Amino acid sequence: MTEGIDFSLLALDAPGWGGALLTGFLRSVELAVGGYALGIVIGIIGAIAKLYGGRVTRDLAEIYTIIIRAVPELVLMLLFYYVGTDLANRAMQAMGYAGFDVNGLTAGILVIGLVQGGYATEVLRGAIRAVPRGQIEAAHAFGMSPAKVLTRVTLPAMTPHAIPGMANLWMIATKDTALLAVIGFSELTLVTRQAASATREYFLFFISAGVLYLILTLVSNYGLRRFEKHARRGMDAAR
Amino acid sequence: MPDIDIATPLAPASAKTMLHGLRGFFLPHRIAMALIALAALAAMIAYMDWSWLPAYLPRLWSGLGMTMIMLVASVGIGFLFALPLGLAQVAGPWPLRWMSLGFCTVVRGTPLLLQMWLFYFGLGSLFAQFPEIRESWAWPYLRQAWPYGLIALTVSFAAYEGEVMRGAFAGVPAGELEAARAFGMSRGKTFRRVWFPRALHRALPTLAGEIILQLKSTPLVATITVTDLYAVITRVRQSTFLTYEPLLFLVAVYLCLSGALTIFLRWMENRIPSGG
Repeated sequence: MTEGIDFSLLALDAPGWGGALLTGFLRSVELAVGGYALGIVIGIIGAIAKLYGGRVTRDLAEIYTIIIRAVPELVLMLLFYYVGTDLANRAMQAMGYAGFDVNGLTAGILVIGLVQGGYATEVLRGAIRAVPRGQIEAAHAFGMSPAKVLTRVTLPAMTPHAIPGMANLWMIATKDTALLAVIGFSELTLVTRQAASATREYFLFFISAGVLYLILTLVSNYGLRRFEKHARRGMDAAR
Repeated sequence: MPDIDIATPLAPASAKTMLHGLRGFFLPHRIAMALIALAALAAMIAYMDWSWLPAYLPRLWSGLGMTMIMLVASVGIGFLFALPLGLAQVAGPWPLRWMSLGFCTVVRGTPLLLQMWLFYFGLGSLFAQFPEIRESWAWPYLRQAWPYGLIALTVSFAAYEGEVMRGAFAGVPAGELEAARAFGMSRGKTFRRVWFPRALHRALPTLAGEIILQLKSTPLVATITVTDLYAVITRVRQSTFLTYEPLLFLVAVYLCLSGALTIFLRWMENRIPSGG
């Protein structure tokens, strides 16, 4: 540490760890994108269940969001991971397959998606409620089926209201992937720790990984701003 | 960027409306659901292995204590740092403004786990290289893990809350500050009597949400060998080879903690008069 930093450790080829870091970064992005997408799907289902569901459905959705928002992500991820792999294993055994190894990426996406879904439910519920009733009623009056009303009117009309909250969730998703390091997924944070403890250059590697995360955050922040501007076109500028 | 949890302050309920609210809560389907939940709970208690619980109870209590210390200390110290961070971004000269903006962006843009490991492994190994530090009074503390966990949690809370305070300071209507100045208050007095109290009041609902989020971040200290509640449960899982029971117990404890904290924070919020 005192005699300067050896940047050749970040080289892409074998003695350097740059390639491993970038692979881990790619893995993190994959996990974040997959988990976020799954979270949006769960969020739409949850929001519809909360707004239009029957009494029991509504209460079940409420319990889901309460648990997701009250329990630490790390604990939830561990629980979902064990329950998920256990159930998948038993299902496969029941169907006659002997050994079954849950694909790490799938399990990670599932775990992040289930956590994201709880927050997405709340964001999307608020956004759907912000859509003027008249627009949805007009769509019904035109004879659209409920599914068509959802895809043609409700979802597009709620998008601008959902963007600020959903942008926040994307930032949380990218950072939540780091928690998977505790379960043992080889994403960016875990690879960084392995590199750092192998070379004892803690600052170099942890700060490099931090820069990668920061680039991801800043770039997606810029992209989301542009998307928001696009989605809000034609609406009131003042907000 | 807006925050996730914006609780609207509730008016304190009278006894009559509370009773009415309770009757509204116990609908037939809810009673059925509660019975199913109770049956599931009874089945869990009867059929799962809870024999480890009595032996680990003292350690669980001390783990809970560590979790609460981490939460309270990081929130308290972090809030003290959040005030200048927020104020500098609203009213500071440009170098301060850019520095605090940069600090908040960097901390909010990287995972807390990474920061914690940077502090623990990085700073820890750096400090060990200096004999001056090794021989100083602080070394017995710096050799332990908890100061690094506390630093990481505090830095994180300061950055997130600094962002909230920035919005709160900026959101105080300019007219109120002008009125204070027109009354002849000095800049310091305007800050103490008008700007700060009004900003704090605006930030309170978000602050409650941030404190819950902070509670949910505390288990990360277990990854740097601080024995909080989560670390004790990990120990249980390793020594008993049970998967579900300790985790379900942990979920239940965190549900109770979050619930109690939410009720306490809402009670605090209601005690503060909101005169317009």
